[in-house]
Amino acid sequence: MAGEKRVCLSGMGVTKIFGFGRTRTVAVDHVDFKFHEGEVVSIVGESGSGKTTLAKILLGLINPTEGEIYFQGQKRDIRTHRKKQEYWKNIQAIFQDPFSSYNIFRKIDSVLMDCIHMRGGRWLPHAKKVEMMAEACRFVNLKFEELTNKYPFELSGGQMQRLMIARIFLLKPKILLADEPTSMIDACSRATILDYLMDLRNAIGMTLIFITHDIGLAYYVSDTVYIMERGRFVEYGSADEVILRPKQAYTRRLISDVPKIYEEWDLSTV
Amino acid sequence: MGQAVLEVNDLTTKYITRFREDIYAVDHVSLRVEEGKTLGIAGESGCGKSTLALSLMGYYFPPLHYVSGEIILNGRKITGMKPDEIRKTALGTEIAYIPQAAMNALNPTQKVINFIEDVILAHNPTQDKKDIYELARASFEVLGLPASVLHKYPVELSGGMKQRTVIAVSVILRPTVLIADEPSSALDVTSQKMVIKMLKGLMENGFIKAMIFITHELPLLYNVADDIMVMYAGQIVEKATAKQAVFDPLHPYSKGLMGSIIVPESGLRSVKLTAIPGAPPNLKKPPAGCRFAERCKYVQPECKVTYVPLYDAGNGRAYRCILSEKTLREAYQHGW
Ligand SMILES: Nc1ncnc2c1ncn2[C@@H]1O[C@H](COP(=O)(O)OP(=O)(O)O)[C@@H](O)[C@H]1O
Ligand SMILES: Nc1ncnc2c1ncn2[C@@H]1O[C@H](COP(=O)(O)OP(=O)(O)O)[C@@H](O)[C@H]1O
Ligand SMILES: [Mg+2]
Ligand SMILES: [Mg+2]
Repeated sequence: MAGEKRVCLSGMGVTKIFGFGRTRTVAVDHVDFKFHEGEVVSIVGESGSGKTTLAKILLGLINPTEGEIYFQGQKRDIRTHRKKQEYWKNIQAIFQDPFSSYNIFRKIDSVLMDCIHMRGGRWLPHAKKVEMMAEACRFVNLKFEELTNKYPFELSGGQMQRLMIARIFLLKPKILLADEPTSMIDACSRATILDYLMDLRNAIGMTLIFITHDIGLAYYVSDTVYIMERGRFVEYGSADEVILRPKQAYTRRLISDVPKIYEEWDLSTV
Repeated sequence: MGQAVLEVNDLTTKYITRFREDIYAVDHVSLRVEEGKTLGIAGESGCGKSTLALSLMGYYFPPLHYVSGEIILNGRKITGMKPDEIRKTALGTEIAYIPQAAMNALNPTQKVINFIEDVILAHNPTQDKKDIYELARASFEVLGLPASVLHKYPVELSGGMKQRTVIAVSVILRPTVLIADEPSSALDVTSQKMVIKMLKGLMENGFIKAMIFITHELPLLYNVADDIMVMYAGQIVEKATAKQAVFDPLHPYSKGLMGSIIVPESGLRSVKLTAIPGAPPNLKKPPAGCRFAERCKYVQPECKVTYVPLYDAGNGRAYRCILSEKTLREAYQHGW
């Protein structure tokens, strides 16, 4: 399906080097990629493989040391504050630790109100704004009436992650980057969060980029999987191709290291 | 049935909060752990797994309090014993507990060997330090840990190595039962695998006789446990073999949990994950009827009002639901 779709975000030779001399770390090492409109892509690798660094580059939070990013076919230009703001209307992110993503001194309704303002809804009548916020909360099964006047830290981890998704519902970005969105919540609530993300993708037709160390999760949600080892993409392809017929030893190891329920989990490899 | 090393009958414990509220986090729990077996405990966070683990040691300190029930450890009733006596005669030697996130609680200014000395001297104050070192070294060798770790500080060890060290220290006095509470949750998959391999080897190597393994990660539990107990809101809602629990769950909550399993195996992509809507009840005021009723797809009017006991389904299997096994299985197969 990827073949017929338009490319929305791509990169060539993207590289990030931190430090120099003895502290020099090549966190992202000449990666090439093409993410398509509406596609669900996963970037999978062990911790320290460079996933978050790449995510920050994609978001424009840090600059690559080398390489180019293309957004909707054009070389991405975020050199001015204004251009950055414009870019962030198109690409948004959800991070691992939902608590770090909020300004703890802002109440939840103002967090949501900001999203409406970012989308140019500043001059909408107040009742309309409230209706939009309530709709976004309903989408993730939160009750807006119960959230008004609360601070983000008054919510549970799962509620926070749902509030993050409600924000995205209001922002309607073209691309959503989710960096380990379910690793802080227990396995039982994970399905709920994934469901909301997939529903959201279907509702607003965005490209979803999952960043995860959980290869099972990547297999479940993605159309395309990129495997990252020490800053490089060592393998990519359709989820079935990569997970069921892995070509690289590294991919095979990632798969063999997670517990299975249908096949034997071979403990002799460690 | 094999020889029981730990038997718990109708145990209830509670937290008393600062505001003098009671939280019944372990509510009439019975279980049996046999020699050579691993019992797995599953359930979402907040359901009482860690509290159960603490309660099983019979050693209570505020805010946790004993309410009723009995614990029989190695044929000896430990409920009703003085805390000091339990500490001296059971903790570490008959039952050992690795708390959640234990590896992050290691004293950063102590070398691993000093830490082991503390553990052993607390149990036997006259033990010679040379003997302790020898014992530690020998144990580490059997468990596949380098002896050099003994001379390191916690910060010098990787997460996986720290956790394996914590496990090695926990079993140094050869406890009969080891309780491991989410021992690999914070680790990457490769370190997790090493930790699991080590835990599974403890019985073979004669360090322990039985294990209780706690996690919310079901594929992991499935691979470690012989039997699985599913907990919900302080109660056991299902007891079964690991295979039954994963592939033929009876309780609607267990069914929901098993429907949230994610593994990189073919077939997974065609399965729709089932999310369980809503949240567990507040344990300060648990509902009178079935605690899962609020979230249950198969709820009946009486579920919300009548107390639901744990029904014995034979062969060690039990579940807490008013619907029959047949009705439940049919509902899962053909829809409700
Ligand atoms: N700001 C930074 N300064 C120096 N090194 C960094 C910085 N951020 C990340 N790194 C290093 O880059 C590598 C990749 O890190 P990261 O992108 O966080 O990986 P992942 O998200 O896959 O765990 C690691 O070796 C990390 O230590
Ligand atoms: N020290 C404590 N004081 C009061 N309540 C507690 C304490 N520790 C845990 N609880 C409550 O007991 C219940 C069970 O918690 P816990 O045993 O930690 O669950 P789990 O290990 O399954 O996540 C929760 O409702 C929790 O809020
Ligand atoms: Mg990261
Ligand atoms: Mg716990």
